[in-house]
Amino acid sequence: MDSPAHRMALGDTRSRQVHPDIESERCMPSFNVEQLTNILDGGAQNTALRRKVESIVHSDPELSLEDNYFMTQNERYEAAFKKTFHIQMLAQRLGWSQDSRELRYAQRTLSGDLALGLHRTFLKSIRTLGSEEQVAKWDQLGTKFQILGTYAQTELGHGTFLRGLETEATYDAATQEFVVHSPTITAIKWWPGDLGRSATHALVQAQLICSGARQGMHAFIVPVRSLEDHSPLPGITVGDIGPKMDFDHMDNGFLKLDHVRVPRENMLSRFAQVLPDGTYIKLGTEKSNYFGMVVVRVEMLMDEVLPLLQKACVIAIRYSVIRRQSQLRPSDPEAKILDHQTQQQKLFPQLAKAYVFHFVANSLQKFLHRSYSSILDRDFSLLPELHALSAGMKAMVSDFCSQGAELCRRACGGHGYSKLSGLPFLVTKVTASCTYEGENTVLYLQTARFLVKSYLQAQESTGSTPQRPLPESVAYLTAPDLARCPAQTAADFLHPEVYTAAWAHVVVRLIKDSVYHLQTLMQSGADMQEAWNQTILRHLQAAKAHCYYVTVKIFTEALEKLESEPAIKQVLKRLCDLYALDGILTNAGDFLHDGFLSGAQIDVVKTVYLDLLLLIRKDAILLTDAFDYTDQCLNSALGCYDGNVYERLFQWAQKSPTNTQRNPAYEKYIRPLLQSWSSKL
Amino acid sequence: MNQDLQKERAAASFNPELLTHILDGSPENTRRRREIENMILNDPDFQHEDLNFLSRSQRYEVAVKKSATSLKKMRTYGIADPDEIMWFKKLHLVNFVEPVGLNYSMFIPTLLNQGTAAQQEKWLLPSKRLEIIGTYAQTELGHGTHLRGLETTATYDPETQEFILNSPSVTSIKWWPGGLGKTSNYAIVLAQLITQGKCYGLHAFIVPLRELGTHKPLPGITVGDIGPKFGYDEMDNGYLKMDNYRIPRENMLMKYAQVKPDGTYVKPLSNKLTYGTMVFIRSFLVGEAARCLSKACTIAIRYSAVRHQSEIKPDEPEPQILDYQTQQYKLFPFLATAYAFQFVGAYMKETYHRINEDIGQGDLSGLPELHALTAGLKAFTSWTANAAIEACRMACGGHGYSHCSGLPNIYVNFTPTCTFEGENTVMMLQTARFLMKSYDQVHSGKLVYGTVSYLNDLPSQRIQPQQVAVWPTVVDINSPDSLTKAYKLRASRLVEIAAKNLQTEVSRRKSREIAWNLTSIDLVRASEAHCHYVVVKLFSEKLHQIQEKSIQAVLRNLCLLYALYGISQNAGDFLQGSIMTESQITQVNERIKELLMAIRPEAVALVDAFDFQDVTLGSVLGRYDGNVYENMFEWAKKSPLNKTEVHESYHKHLKSLQSKL
Repeated sequence: MDSPAHRMALGDTRSRQVHPDIESERCMPSFNVEQLTNILDGGAQNTALRRKVESIVHSDPELSLEDNYFMTQNERYEAAFKKTFHIQMLAQRLGWSQDSRELRYAQRTLSGDLALGLHRTFLKSIRTLGSEEQVAKWDQLGTKFQILGTYAQTELGHGTFLRGLETEATYDAATQEFVVHSPTITAIKWWPGDLGRSATHALVQAQLICSGARQGMHAFIVPVRSLEDHSPLPGITVGDIGPKMDFDHMDNGFLKLDHVRVPRENMLSRFAQVLPDGTYIKLGTEKSNYFGMVVVRVEMLMDEVLPLLQKACVIAIRYSVIRRQSQLRPSDPEAKILDHQTQQQKLFPQLAKAYVFHFVANSLQKFLHRSYSSILDRDFSLLPELHALSAGMKAMVSDFCSQGAELCRRACGGHGYSKLSGLPFLVTKVTASCTYEGENTVLYLQTARFLVKSYLQAQESTGSTPQRPLPESVAYLTAPDLARCPAQTAADFLHPEVYTAAWAHVVVRLIKDSVYHLQTLMQSGADMQEAWNQTILRHLQAAKAHCYYVTVKIFTEALEKLESEPAIKQVLKRLCDLYALDGILTNAGDFLHDGFLSGAQIDVVKTVYLDLLLLIRKDAILLTDAFDYTDQCLNSALGCYDGNVYERLFQWAQKSPTNTQRNPAYEKYIRPLLQSWSSKL
Repeated sequence: MNQDLQKERAAASFNPELLTHILDGSPENTRRRREIENMILNDPDFQHEDLNFLSRSQRYEVAVKKSATSLKKMRTYGIADPDEIMWFKKLHLVNFVEPVGLNYSMFIPTLLNQGTAAQQEKWLLPSKRLEIIGTYAQTELGHGTHLRGLETTATYDPETQEFILNSPSVTSIKWWPGGLGKTSNYAIVLAQLITQGKCYGLHAFIVPLRELGTHKPLPGITVGDIGPKFGYDEMDNGYLKMDNYRIPRENMLMKYAQVKPDGTYVKPLSNKLTYGTMVFIRSFLVGEAARCLSKACTIAIRYSAVRHQSEIKPDEPEPQILDYQTQQYKLFPFLATAYAFQFVGAYMKETYHRINEDIGQGDLSGLPELHALTAGLKAFTSWTANAAIEACRMACGGHGYSHCSGLPNIYVNFTPTCTFEGENTVMMLQTARFLMKSYDQVHSGKLVYGTVSYLNDLPSQRIQPQQVAVWPTVVDINSPDSLTKAYKLRASRLVEIAAKNLQTEVSRRKSREIAWNLTSIDLVRASEAHCHYVVVKLFSEKLHQIQEKSIQAVLRNLCLLYALYGISQNAGDFLQGSIMTESQITQVNERIKELLMAIRPEAVALVDAFDFQDVTLGSVLGRYDGNVYENMFEWAKKSPLNKTEVHESYHKHLKSLQSKL
């Protein structure tokens, strides 16, 4: 097989010599890697386009990521800006529009290490929440970078719970302006990206007060910096929130507003309006304000979260066929660590997730696209399901991707601790996604509320009234259920119907159980909120199980569409089996609890699981190749396509500033210590 | 003081000071520890800018300065006792990370352990005074925990009576040793000894690295820093490549093995004593797991008492997030774990001293078990603490991601514990080896002792074989002793399953090694279950030693929570083994919720009892006074990015972006 030049670092002489330990992994492919890449890209033409963009980006020295790990926070910020500027120039020259595939691919290639990420969120939110005139006005300015926007919601003392936000926007009918104000220290806007030093405008979420009444959260466009000299405008205190675990390239900021006045037209008014006299008109529902967040949550999975787990898998698995440790037989050389059962147990479930979540994110995006325009037209019938599903999936995917990336890092032993492995960067980035755009526990509980509601709806309609069908993702709640799992043999457990039904059974039992306890408490006099808080752990557990079920279901359905590619279907099905069964083993207690599975059946599942590890072992490297990340994009000494790990690590370390710059600590402190001995010699 | 915290402290049912005494070992220890801490807190020589605002190179410089300063200060203050040195360093170092750390923790002990009297006379005093700075170079770029795989060679040349040290390949470059990159001028290097044409395995050599006076690498030595890491910014972990580099014969540590001037190799006597150092380091690491987790719990719990969010009931003020059952369920099991590990760490330290006395009297019988147990416990506690610290960080929501929370630093500096001093999976498999040996011993009719003695009671070992499913106990979920038994049954079941599966693989005529590999997931599970049992056992035994009723009551709840949470998380094992029934598991889950409520009013006092100074926590969220938000704002304003109101990037990039598009 020709070595795919597109994955390797350009101008890297080492790449001509592929390490035999990784070459041997690729010599007998059981499926066509290129075809799998095409499936992941959504078509061969997309793969070709992506590679074209990658080669443009990689051949430009201004866009190199190589020094990233050596930079301070200040330098990372500046580098991100430089690259953003450069990419925009390229886009202009090559005619890539702001929403083009090309620009998305360029961002993927640069691992998102760019500035002005929130600028896009700002524009998207205006498109969802703004009136036609507002969209026309601000989109124009934003697309041409005449203004730089950010989205300011979270406050120092308040996060995911929107109603708790303290920032106020009080309408003054006399001047037809809103007075936007931070009344306390806890009301200071805190965390918005690009706000610290870059943004000129912020989309500020604030409590609307008009004609003396509080109308809840609404979005206002507030200019924060001068378009002349970039200095903060009067009444604005703005700055950077200081060093973080990562996201050094981004200037997350704070914003304190001291009675700042903005014109009435700056309130986004697709779903609510304030008339000049202060009359408030509501055009949407309570939920419509959340729509912007729903869009962000869906899009971040594919664009921001998932690539981080995929890359971690690529790096850890490639390194695991180069690294050798201990002998499996006394006479043999030390074995590749990927041949150790414990290493497979660490890595392959993560690889499976990296694939499962691709199809999950894809399916969620399709759902969003189906419902997007109807919601903009104020038809909210699909919004509750979309909201519940996207909340749960965001929580689950970001949780699992964070844990998975960290597992991959630790599976690389000591070298995973070096930044040059690329893994610390992936871990610190992905872990942020567990709390941004909604804290995960809160999000799971939003899904749980929807489940309880749907379950009750199903209960009510059985019997008397004709049934209103449940939304698609929870339709299984009314499906017939078995008391015992019929599977007996190992082969039985490889049927997707079998494990999908097992997951469905557990979810239904958990929801039934949580609803029962909720209702019992309420019948004994507790109010809804109290009863909810008392039973909250049950709801959480049910929501997590539901999300697991949904992901298994989505992946099995995606596989059915691959009939024409039997070899690829087979290799992906193994990942699907591993994912579903790994979940069963990890949560064995839930499946044993009511005797749905017996102890003997759990033992069979374990045997199947161990067999799957060995089958996946053969394809592991190819499965990581299929993600088609270039060496520069991985930016890892351990994860290069050619497997020349140690040489890279040694060379790269020598370029570290600790080695290229002089050591001030020596002159000041070390020398005086050492001299006392040399004087005695 | 923040009012919420004030209320929390007033409502606790016990005096945290008494619990602090227990954790320190005695009231006198607490007093002396605080005395030492106050010396540092009041000493201007130890003040420096917030490390979070410094570059890596600046952080390294601060750390070196601290080491040099503390050498003088400890002399002035008369601090020499090992515990007192610990207290001293605990306060002023960031998680014990110091560039000269390996000089004390590895270079000097190895010299003491393996050097001859003459070698000690020459090197010991100067290294204690940092007149030479040593490190310990074992791990190589391509080789870690598996020692036999190391490639560096030391070939003896009888002509000149020198050893020629060489790094024959890229993979043989020494990689990772702390302080090697920039600080040390000496290293103890582990290398394969070759003399008279024969390889005799790994031996230790004292190797000068840098020239006195200039600190430049000596000819034949390539040395440097391995570059940026996840954490340990203060530490110059280094690489070392030796190119046929010669050192005198006297530089081989020769207390045990020797090479005579003519090149004759003299074999060492049995060398079980090195076990001692490993046991010591691992018991220290268990203590570290406890300390770091305790810090994380302190920060997360205090912050959760200060932070208000959402509503439980409409129109009521937002409650403290610590009032949410989900938050309690996230944090309190880890608080219980932190206490459990504190007691395990203390137990291991005592055991180490006891065994050391036994060794002094020539009794080595306790060593194999202790060695196996410490390997497993190091892995078990560090894995658990690693996940728990990260969970504490996440429990602080977005603010946990900011360095002002202190949690990212705790995490990144603790997590290497999972891979250094023995990668955890390898450690678990070492424990498993001991468990399998003990199982075989019982199987062949011999009794085993110590923590594995439960294997004597395996049903399959009885004369009248019983169904494995029929266990002779009914678990009382309110009794720590009874729960200990439940964990014991789980451990024996999983050890037996691993042993049987191993046997099956062997009987398929596979080599022992291949069979071992194909059973290793089961083996790790067995070790984990064994360690979990030991932790529950030590915690419940500790309860019996506590006199003070109010303290005993609160610790008992923590012990129950620790044990029941573990059952709930591993319900499958307890159900499948018929150790507990489904309805008992349901009861366990209900009981956990009651315990969360019982611990809720004690939570802040329980973390206060760990008695961390604010400077040790390094956290705005975890401040003792709870004034979180004002101080976050102040802290952020000091950040280097806020030095100028308009950042230079604006002029360089932003402006041109706007003008060109």
